[in-house]
Amino acid sequence: MLRARIVLGLYIVFLLLPIYWLVNMSLKTNTEIVSSLTLWPHKLTFDNYTKIFTDPSWYSGYLNSLKYVALNTVLSIALALPAAYAFSRFRFVGDKHLFFWLLSNRMAPPAVFALPFFNLYSAIGLFDTPLAVALAHCLFNVPLAVWILEGFMSGVPREIDETAYLDGYSFPRFFVKIFTPLVASGIGVTAFFCFMFSWVELLLARTLTSVDAKPIAATMTRTVSAAGMDWGLLAAAGVLTILPGALVIWFVRNYIAKGFALGRV
Amino acid sequence: MDKPINQGAWLLVLPVLLIVAFSAIVPLMTVVNYSVQDTFGNNQFFWNGIGWYQELLDPTSDLGGRFFDALWRNLLFSFLILAIEVPLGIAVALSMPRDGWRVAATLVVLALPLLIPWNVVGTIWQIFAREDIGLLGWVVNRLGIPYNYTADPLSAWVTIVTMDVWHWTSLVALLCYAGLRSIPDAFYQAARIDGASQWAIFRNIQLPKMHRVLLIAVLLRFMDSFMIYTEPFVVTGGGPGNSTTFVSIDLVKLALGQFDLGKAAALSIVYNLIILAVCWVFYTVMTRMDAQRN
Repeated sequence: MLRARIVLGLYIVFLLLPIYWLVNMSLKTNTEIVSSLTLWPHKLTFDNYTKIFTDPSWYSGYLNSLKYVALNTVLSIALALPAAYAFSRFRFVGDKHLFFWLLSNRMAPPAVFALPFFNLYSAIGLFDTPLAVALAHCLFNVPLAVWILEGFMSGVPREIDETAYLDGYSFPRFFVKIFTPLVASGIGVTAFFCFMFSWVELLLARTLTSVDAKPIAATMTRTVSAAGMDWGLLAAAGVLTILPGALVIWFVRNYIAKGFALGRV
Repeated sequence: MDKPINQGAWLLVLPVLLIVAFSAIVPLMTVVNYSVQDTFGNNQFFWNGIGWYQELLDPTSDLGGRFFDALWRNLLFSFLILAIEVPLGIAVALSMPRDGWRVAATLVVLALPLLIPWNVVGTIWQIFAREDIGLLGWVVNRLGIPYNYTADPLSAWVTIVTMDVWHWTSLVALLCYAGLRSIPDAFYQAARIDGASQWAIFRNIQLPKMHRVLLIAVLLRFMDSFMIYTEPFVVTGGGPGNSTTFVSIDLVKLALGQFDLGKAAALSIVYNLIILAVCWVFYTVMTRMDAQRN
């Protein structure tokens, strides 16, 4: 028991120390950062945060990111719901192959798709719009959503479907009125994971945007300037990108393993 | 577990099929198209057949040497992080508190690194490991160990492996914990009555229960480390020299940096085929295990 506490304690310290250091840096002035190593901010300042919240070129990065992430989450779930139902309830020609093909797209390296996506979205005039990034992220988020939702839906007994049909429900009415509420927690978990995987991805988001839809992750590279690195500002921007995940994590804590394992735990 | 056969289900799958085809097949066709052509600029392309592929798979050529170097480097990286993350993840999962509010609190703390944008993970370690302003780099240098991840390849590797362990060990731990939770208390009580040692409990009760989740963890970690891009790109940019240039980083350099479309496209296809093969193993193992469970 004691050994377990020590292992866990050390691991948690290892997890939190780099995050603490980022928070620490974000609350310091740049003079303090470069002059000496201090374990906590001796001269506490919120200037870095104030700058981000007042400078449009900074906060628009967050808004752009939130736009395509929200769009992607809605798209992924809306498309995945009927498909996940089909996979969980029926057999049809090519179902296994299709299911595998979806998985292979979840695993596809974004680096392979960066250049063709750039060409594709430039050609159809979507380059530098949140929609382009939202659609691009569907590459891995739609398969993810199908797999997770299928996992949840398979947990709902099929007798419920049959009873509803006997009661005279049509398929769309059954799906919306009865089935969707039953898998509501699954939809919530899926939404969280779509949100998250879209939020943490940078390569495609950066490749598909230049000015108008620039995500926060790309804005952060701006802190390198002629005057050297603005470490405090960079750290503050980093802390603010951790917050959305940290705020909702409490609600999904029991499903984290399930979501990462594509609903297979 | 017999599902009814219903070809009408295709209609329900159709929207997903269309969007994924649009995002996957159309771009991949472009890549295939590029991979068999050469260009002198001005948008003039001419047929090159399998030339790029021959060059890519020939380790003595420039392109091939570069590809195989990045590939071995990437495989070494995947092997290292698996060798550390799996045992550490199991140890952490076994150390989880049994019940009460501490379980919830620990779960939240463990999951924290998983939700941080990948470039910010890079930024965190870029700062944390610096010798002048980072706690880790500063302390290690004060201990008299020379450590500088921008100049010394070994330091760069240590930084990137540590970063990945920091980033993803929690995933292994959370999956293992999910497996452990499915063990009924009666098993432990029986083991206690039999006077089983801690090791015997682990070997005969806990490990078999974690078998399935461990496989998922290993394969997920392998896939994600095999296509790692953002985190090492932010920290080292692939350097010093080429010492931390993994396949994805090399590919982006080739495609978006040098605009060497034919070479980049051939590399993309080979890369994708490797991923597809591993993915197929993953799927086969997983469906077989699902079948066993039912």
